[in-house]
Amino acid sequence: MASTRVGLEPRPEQAHIPGALPVSEQALRKKFLEESRLVPGGDRISRCLQCGTCTGSCPVSYAMDISPRMVIALFRAGQIEEILRSRTIWICASCYMCTTRCPQGIKITDLLYALKRTAMDTGLYPDRLPIYLLSKNFVRVVNRYGRSHEMLLLLLYYLRRNPLALLRLLPLGIAMWRKGRISLFPAKIKGIQTIRQMLAASKALELPREKEEVPYVEGTVGYRAVG
Amino acid sequence: MREAPMEYLYYPGCSLEASGKPYDESLRAVFRVLGIELKELKDWNCCGATMYMSVDEAISLAISARNLALAEQNGCRGLIAPCSACYTVLLKTNRFLRDSPELKSKVDHLLAQGGLRYNLTVAVRHPLDVLVNDVGVELIAQAAKRSLAGVCFAPYYGCQIVRPERGFDDREFPMTMDRLFERLGATGVYFPLKTRCCGAMLMTTFPDVALHLVEELLDCARENGAHCVITTCPLCQVNLEAYQKRLGKKFGKSYDIPVLYFTQLLGLALGCSETELGMQRNLTTFKVPLPAAVA
Repeated sequence: MASTRVGLEPRPEQAHIPGALPVSEQALRKKFLEESRLVPGGDRISRCLQCGTCTGSCPVSYAMDISPRMVIALFRAGQIEEILRSRTIWICASCYMCTTRCPQGIKITDLLYALKRTAMDTGLYPDRLPIYLLSKNFVRVVNRYGRSHEMLLLLLYYLRRNPLALLRLLPLGIAMWRKGRISLFPAKIKGIQTIRQMLAASKALELPREKEEVPYVEGTVGYRAVG
Repeated sequence: MREAPMEYLYYPGCSLEASGKPYDESLRAVFRVLGIELKELKDWNCCGATMYMSVDEAISLAISARNLALAEQNGCRGLIAPCSACYTVLLKTNRFLRDSPELKSKVDHLLAQGGLRYNLTVAVRHPLDVLVNDVGVELIAQAAKRSLAGVCFAPYYGCQIVRPERGFDDREFPMTMDRLFERLGATGVYFPLKTRCCGAMLMTTFPDVALHLVEELLDCARENGAHCVITTCPLCQVNLEAYQKRLGKKFGKSYDIPVLYFTQLLGLALGCSETELGMQRNLTTFKVPLPAAVA
């Protein structure tokens, strides 16, 4: 298990002061807390009992390098970078089984989305696994046309990730095309201008927030995080 | 029987324009036969699916809320979203905007830039919910033109129409579809994986993980004697149907299980033709002989 995990090596700047976090980790933590604060019920992460119901309910936890329960444990231990460097948050297929069953009502799926956003913003990903590309391309396609387009999305993804896989998909593509289930060209919605205006406005919203220096909050690591 | 004609706004979603085309066709056919009007939401846009959310929360909610704002202008009984991802995302947008004043004010601001406003009044509905809870199983049974006796189906709900919030049915063991089709004469097989995940977009990002999930689902359906799997989601349908050959090669088994949209099976009971229901577009063939439709 440990051998497959990424980022386990102790980081040099990590001082051996109990409870103290390296600067890079503080920044990640701030970013993540900011993202999760906006999720309704996002603060319930502090209620985690470490019971493991999430991991046991997850249909894909067997393929994760860090289980959902460990994600919360690592968050408490001040190891967000390790979470971001794992494949876990990108393997989640968003089926919400963990969220449904969590006895403490923790919004695990939504918190994983918050972690994905933190990863996208800070550029921390598992090595050689450009999984975030799918999300990035999806956003590009939607911003441009107002709708998603299956074929364009897959093309953009595979061309970057693994062009050979396209060959493998070709027979399926042809079969689907013959059945009339592939649209060849993306269609733009009429109100694309509205979407562009909203996008521009959202960029403007974010600018002042970046300049504002939010002080690092003590007491969000370890037992103090449990509240 | 009904006083006023039923009318709903319809939000097909991007998938139903392409790979989910048979879902769109069969859904429209079923609603037509039942005399319910579907009015397509004009100039709808992508809901953001599961992927936009991982990039930016406020803007992804605003993009999804644009649809709700447009629906609100139309004033409707409900907005029907047949794709599970659209359904969940639109519901989630409603819930997040209701529960978080901060997100609401951000999204309001973004919508205002596009000249829109949303007051949280649109009810997002899944067609299964509308058919069973608004129209009613009895009324559908009366409208049926043929019995589905002899069809053993595995009811596959997938994850997102019943989760994360308790919607119209139980989050782990829903029965809506079972009740509907058993009333029409079909037999629902024991299918404990009915809300297990199909892997969704993992089929693209982590194919091995997704193929394994699909294998388990198809095995479970087959071992319990299902003639077909019926789904409520365009992505589940494609995942379960399109990779059967590849699965067979990978795991040394052979799969040939028809995967239908629930509206296709329902349409057959209501006497629609296979072409109307887009059955010729499925990659698998539904082979169970049904009695001729009686007028």
